[in-house]
This record gives sequence, structure tokens and C-alpha cells, in this order.
Amino acid sequence: MTPRLDAVAATAGSVDIGLAGLAASGILVGVAVGVSLWRHLGLERSLLWAALRALVQLLLVGWALHLVVDPDDSLWWSALWLVVMLGFAGWTTARRAPEVPAILPLSLVSYASAGLVTLGVLFGFGVYPLEGRTIVPLAGMVVGNSLAATVLVSRRLLAEATDQRGVIEGRLALGLSAAAAFQPHLRESLRTALVPQIETTKAVGIVVLPGAMVGLILGGADPSEAVKVQLSVMYLVLGSVATTTAVISLGISRKLFTPGQQLRRLES
Amino acid sequence: MTGPPAFELSGVVAGPVERPILHDVSVDLPASGVTAVAGPSGSGKSSLLRLLNRLDDPISGEIRWQGLDVRRWEPTDLRRQIGMVFQRPPIFPGTVRDNLRVASPTLDDERAEAALAQVQLAPASLGADATTLSGGEAQRMCLARALLTQPTVVLADEPTASLDNAATRSIEELARVLADEGVAVIWVTHDTDQLRRIADHVLVLVEGRVASFGHLPEMDVHDDPLVRQIVGAP
Repeated sequence: MTPRLDAVAATAGSVDIGLAGLAASGILVGVAVGVSLWRHLGLERSLLWAALRALVQLLLVGWALHLVVDPDDSLWWSALWLVVMLGFAGWTTARRAPEVPAILPLSLVSYASAGLVTLGVLFGFGVYPLEGRTIVPLAGMVVGNSLAATVLVSRRLLAEATDQRGVIEGRLALGLSAAAAFQPHLRESLRTALVPQIETTKAVGIVVLPGAMVGLILGGADPSEAVKVQLSVMYLVLGSVATTTAVISLGISRKLFTPGQQLRRLES
Repeated sequence: MTGPPAFELSGVVAGPVERPILHDVSVDLPASGVTAVAGPSGSGKSSLLRLLNRLDDPISGEIRWQGLDVRRWEPTDLRRQIGMVFQRPPIFPGTVRDNLRVASPTLDDERAEAALAQVQLAPASLGADATTLSGGEAQRMCLARALLTQPTVVLADEPTASLDNAATRSIEELARVLADEGVAVIWVTHDTDQLRRIADHVLVLVEGRVASFGHLPEMDVHDDPLVRQIVGAP
């Protein structure tokens, strides 16, 4: 264990809310249902279903995490977990942006690239020890936080290629390469996808206390140590979103043009 | 037609595979003067121009530029030799200067002003926001931009369709000047009066096929009444 995690672990207390605590926190779901009933929102079933789904999913994940967090277990379990996570993220991205050409292979490559770059830095510099209990959650942060931005940039690129066809072909007709003709649209799409993450990073600590930090503090960790872990996670997310969106943007840009540098006709 | 043609089209079929727009088009387009491409709406005039600039490829057949299949040219080289002006002028973000520099990134103000003068735009407009230009000014700026690559042919796809009479005449005069300077102009139009003002040669397309090609006086006495009607024969 690295000194940083040692410090966090050493200061962590043993807060166990138990089944009774869990049940008591469920009262808050009842509050939400009550608001829905009171204001005739018609969301009671959705709220209950969401709460139940979260309960079942997290219990299953908690059970499954036992396979990877035990230091005695093989890292192959973690590797298998990553492959499943990657596949699911690719499938989700493809489902949300089915109109984008070759979205499944491109998103898989993007998530894998982001994982290699960001986890390579964190594990390569020894920020976290290479163990199942660090690999899986950190990879989850990479993929989970990049998914929305990846879908956003993919859709935006396709919309630009469709809506700005005249301008793009205007540049092509002047003898610009496909890459140069599409560059302003690529830049704008990437900015659109990255700006929300940048704003979130700026607001941390002022507007919101991020989940990982809250979890550590509730678990009894020293706040200053929790902050350091949280910051490394924030930077991980920022790097992941930037890498994923950059890789998928380049891939999609290439798919939008023919080898003869013509803009393909696509349904948006 | 004297001298080698600019474009040689043979058996060109183009458009969506399931519903082609051009059918078996074979014609040699001259490397000088103004060639008007005329025909009813949907006859494939714009589709033909897009093929010449290689913004699209034909389904079958061959298009040769200076004797070589266009698919064998590097697309960027080909397009810099073949300028194109669109019906709706594509304006890029930024000033007029920024727009001109898309075609010529190292362009200095002296050359930029000369380019504007060529299309009768004031030098002062160099710093103007390009999106604030009138329709006629925008089209002239696009023509100046296309000419910066020093093309030997300019393709004009109904460039005056949305312009008033004065702006239309101004663009027509520019086309004539270019033709006199040795730049071939291939101009799509559905306006018979305009065709008769500008054309040295006329290509008539009907339902995606070549109905006729030649000099205007030949068209005026063509056997097909539809061709005579399209060219506005007296």
C-alpha cells in the first residue's frame, strides 16, 4: 500500500450503517414519493423502481467486488471486470448514438486509450498501488465519467457534418484536405464536450463536495487526506474525458470522409 | 471547340445508386470561354458540377481532367485548379481577410486587396465581418476566394440565383472578364436571358441526359423544341 492510501486507511474509522441504517435512509425515498404524490407528479412508480434498481445493482456490485478487492485474488479477475466494463460502455455509447458511423469500435478504442493513458500515469507513478481494489474503481471512474462526453461529442460531430455541409464543402472546394476542412467543427465539438467537465472541476469544493471525498469522510478518513484522493480522481476524470473525446473525435472525423476527401452523406 | 477540352466525360452515371440523377453523360467541356449548363429543375446540372470538382464520384463512367481520370488526381491539387462558386456562398467565421486566407494562408493585405479589387469589392471591406456582407458582396468575396488558388476553370452553380439585377450583372461581367483572361467558366443557370448574355457554349441537360451541346446559334435552330425553349431561342 502506498503512503497516501496508508494514511487514508489509517485515519478511516469503521462507520457501518447496518441494515437498519440502510432501511432508515430509505425513508428519504419515501419523502421523494410523498412530494410526487403531493404535487401530482405521477413519478411514484419511477422513484420506487429507481431506488429498488439502485439497491439491487449496488448489492450485486458489492458482492462482485469481493472477487477483485481481496489482495489475495488474481488480478485476472480485475482484468475480466475491465473487459466487461469496457464492452458495456461501448454498447451503451452505441445505443445512445446509433447514427454515428462505426460508433461501437471507435468508442471501445477511445475508452481503452483513455484507460491506458490515465491509469498508466496513476499506476506508473505509483500514485495508487496496482491492486484489484484500485484498478476497478479507478477504471470505473474513467469510463463512467467519459461516457456522457463521448456520446455528446459523437452526436455533435455528426450534427456539424450534416448542418454545416455547405461550409465544409466550401473549404474542400478550395483545395483544403478533409482534416483541415473539418478542423473548426472538430474543435468546436470538442470544446462543447470538455467545457462542462472543466466547469465541474472549477466548482469542486465551492458548489459541490464530490462523492468520493464525501464517502471517505463519512468512512472516517482525515478530510485533508480525502481531499488529496479526491483531487487525484478529479484529475483522472479530466484526463479521461479529454483523451476519450479526442480519440473518438479523430476516429469519427475520418469516418465522415471518403478516401477521395468527400464528405459522406449521413442521416443525422 | 478549339484546343483540348478541360473535361472529358464518358458514360457518366451519377447520383444515388437506387435513383441516379445523371444517365450515361458523355461530353467534352471546353477549356476556354463561358459554358452555360442549362436544363429544367432536377435535370442534374448541379450534380454535374459537383462531379467536376470531385465533391462526388460517379457510380460508373469516367471523368477526365486534362486527360487524366479525376480519381487519379490528388483531390486537393485537383480542387485548387478547379475553383467553385456555390449558389449559397459558404461564409466562414471571421472577417473577409480570414475568409480569403482559408484559400491562401500566407496572403498579405496587399494581395488580399488586389483580390478584392478583381471582384470590385472595396479594400476597406477586408476587415469587415464576412457575415455582414450583402448577398452580392458575399458571392463576390467567394469568387475572389476561389480565384486565389489561381484555378484554370471556375465552376459556378447558379451563383446569381438569389441576387438582385445589379449584383447579377456584376457577377456576369466578372465571369466574362475571367473568360477573356483565359479562365474557363462553367456556369449553371436556369435563366434563359442570362444564358444568352453569358454563354459561348451551351450544354443542355434534360432528365439527366445530354440533350444537346454546342454554340448558342446552333441551339437556336435545334430540331428539338425543348432545347430551343431552354436556350430561349428567338
